[in-house]
Amino acid sequence: MHLHNPKDDAMNMTRTDEPAGKSPASEGRAPAHQPAGPEPLLKLRGISKHFGAVQALYRVDLDLPKGEVTALCGDNGAGKSVLTKCIAGIHQPDQGEMFWDGRPIHIRSPKDSASLGIETVYQDLALADNLDIVQNMFLGRERLSGIFLDEDDMERAAAATLSSLHVTTVRSIRQPVATLSGGQRQAVAVAKAVMWNSKLVLLDEPTAALGVAQTKMVLDLVRRLKDHGLAVMVISHNLNDVFEVADRVAILHLGRMVAQDRLASFDRQSIVDFMTTGGSSREVLETGAGQRKG
Amino acid sequence: MAWIEDEAGRKNASSEIAAEAETAPDLTAADVEVIPPEIFAQSLGEYLKAWSVRIRSGDAGVLPVAGALLAVSVVFFIISPGHLFLTPRNLVFLFIQSSVFIVLAMAEGFVLLLGEIDLSTGYVAAIGGIVAALFVQPKMDLPWPLAIALGLLACAGIGALQGVIITRLRLPAFIVTLAGYLAWFGVMIIIIGKDGVVGITASRYNQEALFGIVGNNIDPLIGWIGLVAIVGLLGLTMWRRDAGRRRRGLVAPPAGLTLAKIGFVAAAGVVVVAICNVNRGKFLPVEGVPWVVPLVLGVLALWTLLLERTQFGRHMYAVGGNAEAARRAGINVPRVRTIGFILCSLTAGVAGVIYASQLGGMTTNVNGGQLVLYAVAAAVIGGTSLFGGRGRAVHGLLGGLVIGAIYNGMYLMGYPIEVQLVATGLVLLAAVTVDSLSRGAGSGSLARA
Repeated sequence: MHLHNPKDDAMNMTRTDEPAGKSPASEGRAPAHQPAGPEPLLKLRGISKHFGAVQALYRVDLDLPKGEVTALCGDNGAGKSVLTKCIAGIHQPDQGEMFWDGRPIHIRSPKDSASLGIETVYQDLALADNLDIVQNMFLGRERLSGIFLDEDDMERAAAATLSSLHVTTVRSIRQPVATLSGGQRQAVAVAKAVMWNSKLVLLDEPTAALGVAQTKMVLDLVRRLKDHGLAVMVISHNLNDVFEVADRVAILHLGRMVAQDRLASFDRQSIVDFMTTGGSSREVLETGAGQRKG
Repeated sequence: MAWIEDEAGRKNASSEIAAEAETAPDLTAADVEVIPPEIFAQSLGEYLKAWSVRIRSGDAGVLPVAGALLAVSVVFFIISPGHLFLTPRNLVFLFIQSSVFIVLAMAEGFVLLLGEIDLSTGYVAAIGGIVAALFVQPKMDLPWPLAIALGLLACAGIGALQGVIITRLRLPAFIVTLAGYLAWFGVMIIIIGKDGVVGITASRYNQEALFGIVGNNIDPLIGWIGLVAIVGLLGLTMWRRDAGRRRRGLVAPPAGLTLAKIGFVAAAGVVVVAICNVNRGKFLPVEGVPWVVPLVLGVLALWTLLLERTQFGRHMYAVGGNAEAARRAGINVPRVRTIGFILCSLTAGVAGVIYASQLGGMTTNVNGGQLVLYAVAAAVIGGTSLFGGRGRAVHGLLGGLVIGAIYNGMYLMGYPIEVQLVATGLVLLAAVTVDSLSRGAGSGSLARA
């Protein structure tokens, strides 16, 4: 249904490359992208990915700045998880460039991404129920003394991380993850991600399947990550969450980045419009908001 | 649409959150029931209280197997002719018989921990025994340690082959090892001939050693000294670790519990050594702990250290608990699974050597099918989950003793083979039922995989 035409692209680029409404539109359109303000931690330019005949991503641009929460929105099949997996190194893009702190990089495997400091928190897939919190947080990166595990050291480090994130509701960090509530599990998964000196945390639907109180706890945690100076990307369907924690919003529609700007430039309806149709008739409000901010 | 929620509702919710935050730990009563008590109990009394709560919630830990052992012992003590079952002579025989089941159950434990199964372990064990026996035959006459090593190597090779087929070709372990069950039975017949027997007929030095695994006993005095040394070392290690963790403010069981555990191990050791040191000979004095007992304990110690104290062991638990999480954590899942199958077959080889020592060789009459069912039953009775992610080497020891006691009891009663087959089937069924029930009881049970 969605036909590609150059005009679309120009429109997309305009919005995409206009951080905070500060940079002039003409500069944003230039092929050599000149960022306004500080360089984002991770910058994607023209990322495309197809699987057979299916074009999952088409020339996607994305900025993930430090100390800010970027919400990645989109309907099912918009390409959110493919984009996330490209950043996490699970998929390699067919085309496009990635810049880390301004340096061009290639992420070819999850190891590459981890060594840059990118951590992904997958919904409900990150933890082994039969292991306790400490064991889960160090899974795959256990600390050793000699040939044996250094449990004391790991337990201390895990406890320090959890308390720095104010995760205090767990009864004992030696309790198996199976005994935790959904929110606690998510908190452990996030804490696991930030343990590793990570600089960018990708959260895949962090509040799906959580109750109200637990959602609040997880969103507080996301805010704390931001306060620690990390770049955070939250993939979410849930507009409540987006308006609670996001500083910036990026919206994918059928594999294209149809909008990317500060949260203030959007309202609920315009985000829904972008997610469902790839455009919004509420341009007046959007630019108005942008101008107010600028 | 799910995200559209009215402001009033959200206000309400946030005040609820505030209320909940004050009453804090968002733990329900159900959580308390399934958290292992040793990680939060501050005293032995508190521990026992929490433990009884946990048992009532269906997660009974070591209790079912202890109960099963007691029940089996009492029943056979009562019905065995002349109450033979609990005589020192029969108990030592029981330890020896059980050793094969114990080691096989530890072998099977590796693959059960991964959520897999290995149906070929019985015949793989037989092949281990056969290879070891072949290499000490007069024409070869290799020294026995080398012969045993070659037997174990053959088993490890079989495990590697099956493991690679399962992980690389992504075939179900059930089918691949069922094929192995048939194929290795066939290979065994090819090696030693139809109705064949390979006896441990070897030079005196080799024969002494190989028969001696189950046939020779440790001098009673040395047995006591060894017991004191082992319990002392183990107790000291446990105490120092737990006391150190308590001092540094880490999660540790209360001092009373540590002492109780050490006391229990010491008591069990004293009972075993005392039973074995009774003269059980009819004409000549026969006394002392059979060598197979420290051998089994050595295997137990080695595999316990591997599973619970090393990175590889941790990865095995992770793969068994949630293979996807393990993969995302950067663990090479196919490698861990392949090594699991190798360790299973290797350990089965140890059981095969013990079995060959018991039988004085190996014959094609060995019932590999029954052995593997006993092994799975023993592991599951001991507390290992069929569903992966939960299991310890010590479960093989406990379950193997139960199976050994049943086997020994039926032997004493002179039950015919058909009764033994029915009993084996029922025992396996009962074990799996217990596993499945304990998995279902308490949604947060550890076995939920």
